[in-house]
Amino acid sequence: MSGERGSPVVWLSRFGMYATAVLVSLFVLAPIYLMTLAAFSSQEDVYAYPKELLPRNLSTETMSFFIHFGGVLDALQRSVVVALITLVLSLAIGTPAGYALARFAFRGADTLRLSVVATRAFPIVILSIPLAVIFISWGIDDTAFGVSIAHTALALPFVVLTTSSVFAGVSPELEEAAMTLGCSRLKAFVKVALPLALPGLAASAIFVFIVSWNEVFAASLLTLRHRTLPAEVLSLLEGAPVNFRFAGGFFLMAPSVIVILIIRRYLFTMWGRVLK
Amino acid sequence: MADVRFQSIRKTFGKFHAVNDVDLEVADGDFVVLLGPSGCGKTTLLRCLAGLEKVDGGRVFIGGRDATGLPPRRRKIAMVFQSYAVFPHLKLFDNIAFGLRMQKEPKATIRERVESAANLLHIEDLLDRYPSQISGGQRQRVAVARAIATKADVLLMDEPLSNLDALLRMEMRAELKALLRQLGSTTIYVTHDQVEALSMGDRIAVMNAGSIVQLDSPLVVYDDPADTFVGGFVGTPPMNFLAAEIAPNGSFPLVTLSGGSFPLADPAAGALAGRKLTLGIRAEAIVVEPELGQGLIEATVIVIEPLGSHNLLTVKTGDDLLKVSTPPHLFPQLDSSIWLRLEPGRIRWMDAESGRAIPLAPASAPAPVAG
Repeated sequence: MSGERGSPVVWLSRFGMYATAVLVSLFVLAPIYLMTLAAFSSQEDVYAYPKELLPRNLSTETMSFFIHFGGVLDALQRSVVVALITLVLSLAIGTPAGYALARFAFRGADTLRLSVVATRAFPIVILSIPLAVIFISWGIDDTAFGVSIAHTALALPFVVLTTSSVFAGVSPELEEAAMTLGCSRLKAFVKVALPLALPGLAASAIFVFIVSWNEVFAASLLTLRHRTLPAEVLSLLEGAPVNFRFAGGFFLMAPSVIVILIIRRYLFTMWGRVLK
Repeated sequence: MADVRFQSIRKTFGKFHAVNDVDLEVADGDFVVLLGPSGCGKTTLLRCLAGLEKVDGGRVFIGGRDATGLPPRRRKIAMVFQSYAVFPHLKLFDNIAFGLRMQKEPKATIRERVESAANLLHIEDLLDRYPSQISGGQRQRVAVARAIATKADVLLMDEPLSNLDALLRMEMRAELKALLRQLGSTTIYVTHDQVEALSMGDRIAVMNAGSIVQLDSPLVVYDDPADTFVGGFVGTPPMNFLAAEIAPNGSFPLVTLSGGSFPLADPAAGALAGRKLTLGIRAEAIVVEPELGQGLIEATVIVIEPLGSHNLLTVKTGDDLLKVSTPPHLFPQLDSSIWLRLEPGRIRWMDAESGRAIPLAPASAPAPVAG
């Protein structure tokens, strides 16, 4: 058999590729679809059998009940605030650290790299009690800021390591060129290294946001009345009917999808390059 | 425009001495090439001048001003990097305008200077493209345009042509030389390519192991290398080196090589009698004679490489292999014997131990060979 265009082999391998893509997409999208459908159906429809797979009989009854129940909207707002503070803190601390690891050969660079990873070796369960005690004595328990500090600690190792590899991919000669053209070191970083590292930083940002958004344990432990959404939903939906659980799941998912769609723009920054 | 002076510059990386007490003066408007094999310290020296490396000793003067402690942006230099270092996230116009914007030039001046630099490099039609949309040769032109647009006092070039393919490099070499002469800027150019150095520089500073071993005009570097390293590094093929001894013999001292001996029509060479010597001679200063005559050395033909403009022979005489350049029509039989005449005026003597050139007192006028 020949490998020419249009031959059975090529056709088969193409078919295989698209089939795999479709399967993978279904694997991700089908549960999301079903969850969304259930979130916007009435209680009877959720329990009905056989199941209706098409959105014929939509209702916002469950959803609106859920949203207006207790402190869900407040928790949503708090979650966004916590995630954004975490994002800013992690990138503000992690990016310079990653840059330093990528650019400078300083004493103890390898040790630092290792210890950054090693912080993840301590489970948050062990850290949480002392953390709660400290937070209480500092008076930042049960606040969005307190939770974001804990989340920053969780996300930071990842940010340091990814940004360091992102900056390692930006040629130092580019910054040196900027310096011969009138930039100080800092300005060369801001005008050249930073924009070139943007896609990598965007990927980091998405990850940080999701780490914070999904985190339940620290959030539950460090807050009581001012819970983030996952912590709030978790305590609310224990023993709640299934349709409310679907509503809660949808509610947890939707904002993170929106944030990813926004940051995605920077993920594919390709100066003058055509995306294939 | 400005002159440049290096004063006993020293730079080490850990235990490695990259630059050892280098002194070098470059006059205003001069074009000096730093030539040497990789690792000889030429790029480090250039980076010390740019301020991208801190010197461990010595001082750098630019335009008479001590620039040793200044950051790159205060040195009034512009640099072209080996990788071009064109900013991928900026269009060509913004790349070339980068330095001018940092100097806070007015908009009209920026536009005018960018366009004139782009015209000089023939990239005026590409200004609204991104670097990823142009070829490597064009990117190289952007790097040069960006450097000259700022009208810096000194232009530094670090192997600017080494990433181009051979044909493009040859074209760009001539174009760059013409451009730099037109601009009249002080230029320091680093290369490991001796052809580039010979063809472009006003002067060549040949570097080896962190030191400048010779600083001369290209033809002097080629004809009168300061030592066996320079002779072997500069020129294609490199200079031939043969172990030799001289015996006094009136006004025709007798030179003995491993493959025979001949009387040399240079009385001054008699002064070298009894020393262990290395005889250096260029391939084109050896003449192939069809038959045995006086003052000739016998050799066996090992390889003939026809190169169009001339033939390059590899011949063996005694224990030594020699490269000999002959007219293109001369095709001696392989493994046959030929006779070589070494042009006395172009023989160079080096000390066998140190490899240093030994100047002979009066450059004796090449007398016609006796016999």
